Amino acid sequence: MVTLTAPETSTDTNVETTLPAVSTDSFSVDLAGSPVRDLNQELHNAIDGQAWTVTSPGGKHSLAVGINADVTVTVEGHAGSYAAGMHQKGDVTINGNAGVGLAENIMSGTVHVKGDASQSAAATGHGGLVVIDGNAGARCGISMKGVDIVVGGNIGHMSAFMAQAGRLVVCGDAGEALGDSIYEARIYVKGTVASLGADCIEKPMKAEHLAELGELLAAAGRTDNPSDFKRYGSARNLYHFHVDNSTSY
Amino acid sequence: MTITSEPLTTQGAAPRDLAALGLRESATFDRATIADIQRAAATGVYDIRGWGAKRQLPHFDDLLFLGASVSRYPLEGYREKCDTDVVLGDRHATRPLHLQTPVTIAGMSFGALSANAKEALGRGASEVGTSTTTGDGGMTPEERGQSKHLVYQYLPSRYGMNPDDLRKADAIEIVLGQGAKPGGGGMLLGQKITERVAGMRTLPVGIDQRSASRHPDWTGPDDLEIKIGASRPYYDTALAVKSGADVVVVDGMQGGTAATQQVFIENVGIPTLAAIPQAVQALQELGVHRKVQLIVSGGIRTGADVAKAMALGADAVAIGTAALIALGDNDPRYAAEYSALGSAAGFYDDFQDGRDPAGITTQDTELASRLDPVAAGRRLANYLRVLTMEAQTIARACGKSHLHNLEPEDLVALTIEASAMARVPLAGTSWIPGAR
Ligand SMILES: Cc1cc2nc3c(=O)[nH]c(=O)nc-3n(C[C@H](O)[C@H](O)[C@H](O)COP(=O)(O)O)c2cc1C
Repeated sequence: MVTLTAPETSTDTNVETTLPAVSTDSFSVDLAGSPVRDLNQELHNAIDGQAWTVTSPGGKHSLAVGINADVTVTVEGHAGSYAAGMHQKGDVTINGNAGVGLAENIMSGTVHVKGDASQSAAATGHGGLVVIDGNAGARCGISMKGVDIVVGGNIGHMSAFMAQAGRLVVCGDAGEALGDSIYEARIYVKGTVASLGADCIEKPMKAEHLAELGELLAAAGRTDNPSDFKRYGSARNLYHFHVDNSTSY
Repeated sequence: MTITSEPLTTQGAAPRDLAALGLRESATFDRATIADIQRAAATGVYDIRGWGAKRQLPHFDDLLFLGASVSRYPLEGYREKCDTDVVLGDRHATRPLHLQTPVTIAGMSFGALSANAKEALGRGASEVGTSTTTGDGGMTPEERGQSKHLVYQYLPSRYGMNPDDLRKADAIEIVLGQGAKPGGGGMLLGQKITERVAGMRTLPVGIDQRSASRHPDWTGPDDLEIKIGASRPYYDTALAVKSGADVVVVDGMQGGTAATQQVFIENVGIPTLAAIPQAVQALQELGVHRKVQLIVSGGIRTGADVAKAMALGADAVAIGTAALIALGDNDPRYAAEYSALGSAAGFYDDFQDGRDPAGITTQDTELASRLDPVAAGRRLANYLRVLTMEAQTIARACGKSHLHNLEPEDLVALTIEASAMARVPLAGTSWIPGAR
């Protein structure tokens, strides 16, 4: 059972039977004393408008996964692996660091990490926005399929590997083999790129790119200047298997 | 594979005639090998094809049932009950799958298969109360609509993966590998990436598409089913169980594929026969045999194969290639068209090509419309019934009132290899090579 110390603002104690369509209730869950599974179940039952605060997360795995309501969830501390996985709606903020697979397969909504994120952040994400104020480890945005990712710091090697769609913005530096085997995703990097992966090239920054980058930075609450960034994407040479490309892989 | 030029010397002559002329085919460089070398030299690319391993392997054919005797009591063939149902996932799942036959339909992607073929699989399986499985590329409404029990594959590529479809599924299968290509990713060549397929996979139309060989973020496998391509099934099964899987699917190297390099299909992995006892051993050692269900696939063709797999310890089996054949794949009535493609009915394996005359492994609307999902579904249902009845026939003869009562003790092996792999005695002896 989740230990609920709320509702804080609601006067209605019989929430079970008179569920309003939208709520302004706020709830707090202390994970020191209750299992993550119960927290997630409560979040799956949540309704639009609710605000949830999770205390003592203690780096536990799979926090706040599979949320499908317009709720805000604030995790006060560090999250373990796969935090906010398969996120569909609402905003999750982690006031700490996040482990492997942050927001994996995110569909929409936002996930915001105030600290650093480990490997494979936003892997295979189909949509939504993932903001990491600090650094992200290796394979950030691997196999991304439409998600937007904004990283305030640096990202590790093999980021955006096989990235299909969506945009990856890096305000710091990118590690080796950036965008290896990339498809149609777009990458913007402000700092240096250690090396580009197979079939990933620098591309011109046109007005439309400056505009979309400006929007992404604004959405992430950043003040960086879009014209300080370079754009990278697919050369589209590996879209068909061909003997002449055999040394590229 | 496709024959691109006419064979030079054989022009219609049967092999026996050539032998009579004093011609002798090399066992090392046989005609298929020579053709492969010629093809590689001409094109500079490796051969990519569908189907599974075509080489001779120790298989279920190398096992026999003992049947009942003085020391064992048979059941009356047409009278006494022999149940066939199976419950999958009753370890943790709140809603386990209850199937009427242990023969399930393996995951085959929409993209590899036409929408009509997927619908037909759903129809046939539902008619006999068994499950179908999605595949790379996600869930189609046709399939969900027609499948009573639908297993959703969570694959490394995550194409079309979304939580809404996960919730619509009756079970979730986390795919770690496939028997045809353990350690290899999938591919779907550009010819099959139509607008609909591309849309579901978030990729440009017409490009050659690579499916990842490993999960990009390596999710700790903690859902219902885990599918493993057989290479180290003892360890893989143990790890799957420890991760909380309710069901483990082990797919041997004969397992079919829609498109894989021939070198991979024929040279990586272990035969289904060798994989089963290893997986069963892992389950037994963890004390979960029959609690965590084992589904075996890779070369299941007959009710005898079903019964043998179950006797070795499987709870259910899955079929891919055989199901496609039941739908109408390799049908001789398309002989002329197979020939025009450089193949022949009974040999056609160019599933990657998208030009399937039978309308199954294609995204071409004209070809796909040849497959009537209702009629094809009925053929599949017929075939599934035959498999089930054949397995029952054998089980009764072994004195079993339920297919899952079949046991290794009912089996003997015809060859030393099969005996060692399946861990049942060589026929007429009490010898199992390698047994302590
Ligand atoms: C046309 C075709 C497409 C397949 N697609 C997938 C797939 O998307 N995912 C998967 O795990 N296995 C896939 N497989 C493998 C099957 O799930 C199964 O492991 C195999 O077919 C079993 O062996 P069998 O063909 O000898 O019955 C495919 C097989 C075929 C023939």
